[in-house]
Amino acid sequence: MTGREFVKGNEALALGALKAGLNAYFAYPITPSSEVPETLARLFNTPEYPEFRVFLQSSSELEAINMVIGAAATGAKVMTATSGPGFSLKQEGLSYAAGMELPFIVADVNRAGPGLGNLGPEQSDYFQATRGGGHGGYRNIVLAPNSVQEMAAFPSLGFSLAFRYRNPVIVLADAFLGQLKEDIVFPEIPVEKFETPWAATGASGETRHVIASLHLDFEDQNRHAEHLLSKYEEIAREEQRAETYMVDDAEVVLVAYGVVSRLCKSAVNSLRERGVRAGLVRPITLSPFPSKVIADAAVKAKRFVVVELNMGQMVTDVRLALEGKGAVEHVHRLGGLLPTSDELVRKVEGGSR
Amino acid sequence: MMPENGEAAEYEVRLGRVTALTSKPTHYCAGCEHGVLTKLIANAIEELELREKCVVVDSVGCSVFAHDYLNVDAVQAAHGRAPAVMAGIKRVRPDLTTFAVQGDGDAVAIGLQELIYAATRAEPITIFLVNNAIYGMTGGQMAPTTPEGMVTTTTPEGRDTLYTGTPIDASKLLGSLDGPSYVKRVFLPVAPLKSRDLYSAAGPLEGARSVVNAFKVQLAGGFSFVEFISTCSVNWKMSILDSKKYAAEVLTKVYPPGLFKDKMGVERR
Repeated sequence: MTGREFVKGNEALALGALKAGLNAYFAYPITPSSEVPETLARLFNTPEYPEFRVFLQSSSELEAINMVIGAAATGAKVMTATSGPGFSLKQEGLSYAAGMELPFIVADVNRAGPGLGNLGPEQSDYFQATRGGGHGGYRNIVLAPNSVQEMAAFPSLGFSLAFRYRNPVIVLADAFLGQLKEDIVFPEIPVEKFETPWAATGASGETRHVIASLHLDFEDQNRHAEHLLSKYEEIAREEQRAETYMVDDAEVVLVAYGVVSRLCKSAVNSLRERGVRAGLVRPITLSPFPSKVIADAAVKAKRFVVVELNMGQMVTDVRLALEGKGAVEHVHRLGGLLPTSDELVRKVEGGSR
Repeated sequence: MMPENGEAAEYEVRLGRVTALTSKPTHYCAGCEHGVLTKLIANAIEELELREKCVVVDSVGCSVFAHDYLNVDAVQAAHGRAPAVMAGIKRVRPDLTTFAVQGDGDAVAIGLQELIYAATRAEPITIFLVNNAIYGMTGGQMAPTTPEGMVTTTTPEGRDTLYTGTPIDASKLLGSLDGPSYVKRVFLPVAPLKSRDLYSAAGPLEGARSVVNAFKVQLAGGFSFVEFISTCSVNWKMSILDSKKYAAEVLTKVYPPGLFKDKMGVERR
């Protein structure tokens, strides 16, 4: 099924997952992500999506993520969605899943925080998503859509990356994208079949599958950790994704992801009209962070303005990518509010502070 | 209520290796019922021909190494989360039999919510609870099942239930829910008989039958739960024989063995 549809970001995420062959969804409601399970509940047990065999509402975020773990351990395509407070509770499961190398998708429709905060958009879960917010050392793959169109497309990309690397994938959206309604064209999403010879689906003769994160022997744990590290390094080499806009001749580069990147694009257009050679780098993968694109932009540009809906999180990755080759400024908006494009223009024109 | 001898003739006592067991030597302490239960589960898996159709979910506690001994597919769960992991497995693969051996801390403290909701939803899964009234793996702290007065490393003067709350009876709790099909509490240790130097094997034999019944209930689509009164002589700081006596004389008073629920009537067959 293709064609134009006028849908909310959260609905697009659900539909995109279904079209990518979602087998199971484990739900716990939380605003502003609840349209994801609501959309899936409506389409559960319908002939359109025969692959979608399980929709189950759990009693907690913890229960949901552990159901995801169990289902993923059998090789199924599994997803859940949540928002900040729930995402915190998912961290335990994400740590275990990293250790057990389980592929699945968790969407975090980021709201303002800390604590209950409010239901507006923020990007303050960046560290929690990209650093691996649970215990122990690990990395998630983190995708950042900036449109309803990408909300529809990223479950497919997410499953593809999750199964290729046997690693959890986070789709890090925000309250604005989750609630935004846009006219989109549903992409042709191929239902990929992934080989899962590691899955725990019953022993076969002498062959059995043990999916565990416990390695009491230090040498054994060391081998496992080194294996994970080399996987993360491979992901960092192969999977950095970013969109660039007017960066080639830019003297000032804005860096922003998600909904903010769209405001920054308008700001870049206005700045160009006013004779400022501005450009935009929009990270699509937040982990691995597209350091190469940032470093390349620094060949021409000497000034980088990082715009985020948080107190300064991605800006640290921009600094690391630049290794001192450029001045970095941070522009933020908190509390569920968005900056206007005019504000951004003024900040850039105001110069380095 | 102490189990008496005399039922042994009903059961075949199986010795030697079964295919559902690995050849790895056990890490369980001498006298611990975990090893006994592992063998009973392996026997049941073999009897019901489940070896290639089952997944054990390791819980956190002394049973975290279940997959080292049970020669079947395995998935490890975080502390307390085994019922949720099993639900995930079972929902996408109803053809698989899945089970966990949980300790009392795992199932009744940190994982009580997961346990109750899996039971409430009548997930067709099987949980074997080893209730030895203490946290064994972490070195003998108070558990949700620790009886009044018991000395643990976190209740060095003995558990004061006015201060810490009273023990939770997991079988009674689950038996009160509509979801479960089979809830049973079994006294698992060999039990001292009144005549000196004799011990009854009625516990392990009753345990063997209950494990098979629990799997049969899951195969018929029901949630099954068997609690095994067990010992932890190391952390109780008793001799093995004294721990068997304590279990028989004290624990069975707090946790009387019995059948709390049997919707399918597997016990009558």
